Amino acid sequence: MSLRVDNLKVWYRTLRGEVRALDGVSFSVADGELVGLAGESGCGKSTLGKSLIRLDGRMRHVDGQVELDGKELPIWDSERMQGFRFKEVSLIPQYAMSAMNPTRKVGRLVTELLESRGERPAAVHDELLRRLELVGLEAEVLDRYPIELSGGMKQRMVMVISTLLNPSLLVADEVTSALDVSTQKAVAETLVELRDRNVVKSTILITHDLSLVYQIADAIIVMYAGRLAERAPTDALVETPRHPYTRMLLAALPEVGVRFADRRLEGIGGSPPSLLDPPTGCRFRDRCPLAVARCAEQPPFVEVAPDHFVACWKAS
Amino acid sequence: MSVTDSDELAAATPAAAAATPVTMAAKVRPGREALWFARRNRKLVLGLGVVLVFLAVAVAGPLVNSHGPNEYVGPPSQRPSAAFWFGTTMFGQDVFAQFAHGLRATFLVGLLGGGLAALVGMLVGFTAGWRGGAVDEVLNMLTNVVLVIPTLAVLLIIATYLRVRGVVPEAIFIGLFSWPWVARAIRAQTFSLRTRDFVDLARLSGAGGARIVFREIAPNMSSYLFMTFILLFGGSVLTAATLDFIGLGPTDGMSLGLMMNNAVLWSALPLGMWWWFVPPGLGITLIVGSLYIMNVGLDEVFNPKLREL
Amino acid sequence: MRQYFQRKLGIYVLTFFVAVTVDWMIPRFMPGDPVQTMLARASLRPEASQAMQAYYTGVFGLDVPIWRQYLNFWGALLQGDLGVSIWLFPQPVTSVILRAIPYTIALLVPAILLSWWAGNKFGAYAARRRWLDNTVLPVGYVFTATPYMWLGILLAWALATVAGIFPIAGGYSFDVEPSFTPAFVGNLAWHWFLPFASLFLVGFGGWAIGMRNLIIYELEADYCHYLESLGAPRRLVRRYAFRNALLPQLTGLALQLGVLVAGALVTEIVFSYPGLGYLILQAINNQDFFLIQGAFLFIILGVLAANFAVDVVYVMVDPRTRVGMRGAT
Repeated sequence: MSLRVDNLKVWYRTLRGEVRALDGVSFSVADGELVGLAGESGCGKSTLGKSLIRLDGRMRHVDGQVELDGKELPIWDSERMQGFRFKEVSLIPQYAMSAMNPTRKVGRLVTELLESRGERPAAVHDELLRRLELVGLEAEVLDRYPIELSGGMKQRMVMVISTLLNPSLLVADEVTSALDVSTQKAVAETLVELRDRNVVKSTILITHDLSLVYQIADAIIVMYAGRLAERAPTDALVETPRHPYTRMLLAALPEVGVRFADRRLEGIGGSPPSLLDPPTGCRFRDRCPLAVARCAEQPPFVEVAPDHFVACWKAS
Repeated sequence: MSVTDSDELAAATPAAAAATPVTMAAKVRPGREALWFARRNRKLVLGLGVVLVFLAVAVAGPLVNSHGPNEYVGPPSQRPSAAFWFGTTMFGQDVFAQFAHGLRATFLVGLLGGGLAALVGMLVGFTAGWRGGAVDEVLNMLTNVVLVIPTLAVLLIIATYLRVRGVVPEAIFIGLFSWPWVARAIRAQTFSLRTRDFVDLARLSGAGGARIVFREIAPNMSSYLFMTFILLFGGSVLTAATLDFIGLGPTDGMSLGLMMNNAVLWSALPLGMWWWFVPPGLGITLIVGSLYIMNVGLDEVFNPKLREL
Repeated sequence: MRQYFQRKLGIYVLTFFVAVTVDWMIPRFMPGDPVQTMLARASLRPEASQAMQAYYTGVFGLDVPIWRQYLNFWGALLQGDLGVSIWLFPQPVTSVILRAIPYTIALLVPAILLSWWAGNKFGAYAARRRWLDNTVLPVGYVFTATPYMWLGILLAWALATVAGIFPIAGGYSFDVEPSFTPAFVGNLAWHWFLPFASLFLVGFGGWAIGMRNLIIYELEADYCHYLESLGAPRRLVRRYAFRNALLPQLTGLALQLGVLVAGALVTEIVFSYPGLGYLILQAINNQDFFLIQGAFLFIILGVLAANFAVDVVYVMVDPRTRVGMRGAT
């Protein structure tokens, strides 16, 4: 196993109480696996991604373990995590457009970053050039300021920087959300390429775009209201979704060639529950067409088919 | 002097933002919430307290004292005593009486000068931000020119040629030259607010430019405008004190800057008559300093991101 | 970049025009005959009065149309002729001012540069430590709220009158002859110190507070979060944030120049330091309008030049002003 997450709970401290953004999440990602993490806004997927790298001031680790390549990942201890960041675990942020210091040339930024992490820039230089070529950037980009690069170029540069030291785990947080479709495709393909060339071992791709994640992921995890709903290999999830939420999500996707007159899009009525004071039992209960009395008890996340996990009484 | 900018009230956390009001605890109205925080903010309360104390002295002081600031009422160069709280000047004038009267001028100048600068700044800023185009270019040029000209230099020239000078004209002149930074900040904010949905809605319902600015955009920035006024108030007080100190202040009446001018002029320094020059400067420092600290407190009240968790 | 400088220079030239015009206009809009009013208010010796009449007939010259007066004024100005001082007759205004300028520059330049640099460094440092932040902040606000002249007065009283360490007035001691000896230079420095310290302290407070606020904001920027996610040590992130926060502080410096100059002028008055400020005070007390006008123009020129200098420095430090978008792919 490359990554193993066990009952992870991370809550946010706010003035009104604690928001239970991640409330008992368990899953694993194998070596070389590209897993998509999908769900609507506020379901906790970004929190999960952030937790694996850096807990910000308001986040509090409440419970749970994370293991990477057999070693414990001490996410609650920022000091000890320093050793893992960039080298074992890395992040491609949502804000790639503004992720680079605007007053530093890109090359100098990379050099200073490497030096500060105890690496010799000269030793990495050739590899850096090869990575630039991999993503389709010219070497002279290193001599430019971020403002001189287009959005797509900045995105690609950030991808190069984040994966420069061959991390075991790469977390890509909504990397395609702010891009046009053709750039989205390029970025998605680059992620696959990075995995294929063994630059990165495992990748978690956080997104709300199911259709994109379907194209490149080996497996998909669907999250809802701080908990996992379903996890399955991509084809299995799309063809035989077991969780009602997943089914409704898929039904909400427009299909190319199908017109509104032929088939109406079905949304999911209602909205997600407040995570300040979440309801007991299955959190999808209020919006679920299959809900029964038993759903007042939280269903366990169990394997119902090979490698296919669901948290629903009706599915298991 | 730092100009704080105002951010929109942001949700406390991403997850909380997504959570609907359905099961939220007691929903508090924004105005009441601000007041609740305001009462608890130490900086705001302390700062406001100090300013109010001085205001009380300004209002009540001259009423308590029967004599005017320039009357010769006691033995010259006396240290502070029970009879004369702040001692007397070299000519036997009551320093405390001068101080209290001077405070009145200080508050008046701050109010008028700051208020005028705020008005002009808002007028220029909103117009430039809302209209854009050629109007914006012209106003920008105006703003830049007034910005670069050192205020004191111009006031120097104007005041030199005026035979008789009063507090009100002084306040007006100060107000007419202190507004550029305000105009710039308001213009920038207006530009960004102009493209928001609620403005489009107002436009659709047929509201004209001025109405939209007054009813939609300005209220959105009300906290920032208020803080700006406080900064302008403080700035006016300082500028007036400087002008008075050079001898270009009002020709009649008393002011704190004038007190310092007299003190230095009549050798209070080498003679060590500290009671003559310490109170006026201390008064200004405390009032303006309290205003600045109040401002920091206000920023915390209005901007949840700055509040301590 | 060229456009940037063109625009800036345009504003400065326009401002200079406006300032000169205001300077020329004000006396004319006062009621009465401007020349006679001014001459009457100034207590002149007969020979001075004659010379004044002559100069001002040329400039105010009521026999000449108004636009001609304006042009004459400009003509004289561009030749460096700012008239003759009433109070120090027959010395020309220009030379009187030029004698005082070095003292003012000697105060202003070190005070501005040092207080900006030290204030920013300290503000950034204070932002790091909670306890320091809590004590520094109110102190900084108090310093920046202090009127320049009052701090000068306090320092003069505390360190000169009471403690007797520094002199209370003058550019150099009365009993010393100006010469290029170390002793004289030392004497100069000894007199220079208190006014300099006064300017430095007020400025320092303001910059420290400004930087403290800016750096807290800057540390929340995306690039800082990214670096932290990549495990970059705090000092690298702080170094980047500090350098980026200096940019608005540089802009702020340009905006504060007028205030700083005013501060220097009043500080000089407190210490009877023989710079431009003290000169202006004496000119006001002696009703020497030509000297005042000349001083005004010098101040304007100085501030505009300083503004331009800051603009040049800004372009050098902020790459975003130098480069635009090139070749997007």
